[in-house]
Amino acid sequence: MKKLLALLLALSMVFALVACGGGGESEEGETLDAGTIKVGFICLHDENSTYDLNFINAAREVVEALGIPEENYIIRPNVPEGQECYDVACEMVDEGCDIIFANSFGHEDFMIQAARENPSVQFCHATGTKAHTEGLANYHNAFASIYEGRFLYGVAAGMKLQEMIDAGQFTAEEAKIGYVGAYTYAEVISGYTAFYLGVKSVVPTVTMEVTFTGSWYDEAMEKEAANNLIANGCKLIGQHADSMGAPTACEEAGIPNVSYNGSTKSACPNTYILSTRINWVPYYTYAINCVINGEAIDADWTGTLENGAVEIVDLNEAVAAEGTAAKLEEIRAALLDGSLNVFDTSTFTVGGETLSSYMADVDTDAAYTPDTEAIENGVFMESKHRSAPYFDLQIDGITLLDTSF
Amino acid sequence: MNNEPVAAKKKRSFTIRNPFMLTKRTEGMAGYKSWGIRLIALLLAIVVCGLITLLITGLNPFDVYSTMFRGNFGTARKTWVVLKDMAILLCVSLAVTPAFKMRFWNIGGEGQILVGALATSACMILLGDKLPAALLIPIMFIAALAAGAIWGIIPAFFKAYWRTNETLFTLMMNYVALQLVSFFIIVWEVPKGAGQIGIINQSSMAGWLPWVGGQQYLLNVIIVAVLTALVYVYLKYTKHGYEISVVGESERTAKYIGIKVPKVLIRTMALSGALCALAGFLKVAGTDHTLTTTITEGYGFTAVMVSWMANFNPIAMIFTTFIIVFLDKGAGEIASIFRLNQSFSEILTGIILFFIIGCEFFIRYKISLRHSETKEA
Repeated sequence: MKKLLALLLALSMVFALVACGGGGESEEGETLDAGTIKVGFICLHDENSTYDLNFINAAREVVEALGIPEENYIIRPNVPEGQECYDVACEMVDEGCDIIFANSFGHEDFMIQAARENPSVQFCHATGTKAHTEGLANYHNAFASIYEGRFLYGVAAGMKLQEMIDAGQFTAEEAKIGYVGAYTYAEVISGYTAFYLGVKSVVPTVTMEVTFTGSWYDEAMEKEAANNLIANGCKLIGQHADSMGAPTACEEAGIPNVSYNGSTKSACPNTYILSTRINWVPYYTYAINCVINGEAIDADWTGTLENGAVEIVDLNEAVAAEGTAAKLEEIRAALLDGSLNVFDTSTFTVGGETLSSYMADVDTDAAYTPDTEAIENGVFMESKHRSAPYFDLQIDGITLLDTSF
Repeated sequence: MNNEPVAAKKKRSFTIRNPFMLTKRTEGMAGYKSWGIRLIALLLAIVVCGLITLLITGLNPFDVYSTMFRGNFGTARKTWVVLKDMAILLCVSLAVTPAFKMRFWNIGGEGQILVGALATSACMILLGDKLPAALLIPIMFIAALAAGAIWGIIPAFFKAYWRTNETLFTLMMNYVALQLVSFFIIVWEVPKGAGQIGIINQSSMAGWLPWVGGQQYLLNVIIVAVLTALVYVYLKYTKHGYEISVVGESERTAKYIGIKVPKVLIRTMALSGALCALAGFLKVAGTDHTLTTTITEGYGFTAVMVSWMANFNPIAMIFTTFIIVFLDKGAGEIASIFRLNQSFSEILTGIILFFIIGCEFFIRYKISLRHSETKEA
């Protein structure tokens, strides 16, 4: 046994020497270009998760478009939201990475930890909330105004609902929709509220029930949640979770639905209407180019309809109501030119009142202190004070079935 | 031929199918011999893995192995991460071992780690800004060990006095602990609704274990190294250790020679639970500084395998722990370097474990050829 250990140790030393010989490029002061920059991508799961697949596809597309050679980028899947994230980020620094991206909300604190210790490397974190308050020059957040995408698929869902009302399947008063959420977190609240307002812009009498699973990825729970909503009389389902649970339940029950992160048309050909997703290509391109050109990356970067980060994808003509494509084009144009705002306070009430002022918790703290006035000129300014959503109002017309998560 | 009695037919087919004879090795095998068999199994596993790699992916198996090696020892940091993970897994393996030696199947390691982590986090969150480190860290330590001990005592108590099944009981305690942790994560979540705590006391670092010698992970390694020696001595040279093996061999014998079996059961499970909780404490206070429902990484179950593979010998556990961690780190490295799915590296891990566990059969049994009966057929 001692001999074996000694052998292992000796081998490890040999390999360590070999490994050290290979590293050590991209020293301070050296100019970078697409041929020499090194990029790391940290992902929570692998391609089997629709959420991670969306990131991994974008990463591959960007490195190819920029001409970054195969050996100069690392994609590391299955990195949990713990110390491993810090370890992997630091290992990527050791390998000579100049910029590192992480994709899951829970990676944030560990990325900050790594950023503090490695000031010459850029750390970019998607969906995080702390970059604008941390004061680190090399730590950045990114997100997208995905509520605009959700508003758009809400409009498509509303048109479908109206079509069903017109066909006499149920009355306008019975028009109730359901939503499967993960947690009672601002990102989810902002998402389902935008979806609801989109539906409501077409069917003013609509109400919505929301249920939470307490997990970002739990196929069985999401399916059960969707089935419960359907049993409650919901005529159409939307969702904010990463598995195929809810779409599958809808397909089985014949309930029209909209999905997130990408199309579910092939699995649900008879009920899928439309999907929305964040396209991470614009952000990855922007951030990597900043490093190549020696420019500072914004602490908060927000993807929009305009810069191509917010996309609606794969309208299913077989299910969607007639004229949906044209209507979506019209609404999209109105959102782009600013004549339409998703969170226009005249379109919703809270406790029967129209809001003129609301202090949101933009600067993350353990006491959830409201710190920033979010309503300006009759619009709740989502994505203005930081890229991650902070809209957490409970508006009238939406019933939360459970709030334990 | 057709009239042949059924019994005879059976007998004949039996002898034909079993040309080998198995005998249990009563006196055990010489140390160098058994380690030789294990080494051969490991080498065979590597050859089989190499063939499968070549056939399925077309990659050079030597590249894959050197990548696995670099995933563990490629840089100083990687080596430290290996040591960090080994420390926690070894700690849990040491923790379940006294119970196993007693034939008490504690598969509640997960839950015992979780309550230890929960108690540690609770102290860090609630007392972090109230107490100095010199007071806070001992309180965290005691709270964690006490929580783990309680989690171990409950199933032991029921087993000792009402003969409940400890396998099911400890297993179910895992889920209770998991739900408790989920509940408190929602209580302490930041930001609101996010369902996660994040790094606890990231700016004040209150309740964080100190770095030793400028190394973040060294303290955990030292603590577990000392623990390994202590558990070895405890099991081998103390009265408690002796009582544990007697109860494990035969409860009747234990009673006959005057050992109070319920007392030994409860005492040993308190120790087992407390040591599992120590792993939770080391993980929260020493390295991760957060509480999640996945913080155990399944170590409570992996430790069962580590402990068995090492034949309940704490020193051998260092080696079996190393194998598991090495395979895991190597697997991750293969997945990212060769852009293979994680599942492929799990296939390799599965093959290697199959050989390593399978070879124990040849260590415990002697195989010889049958000579007499087989010839008559």
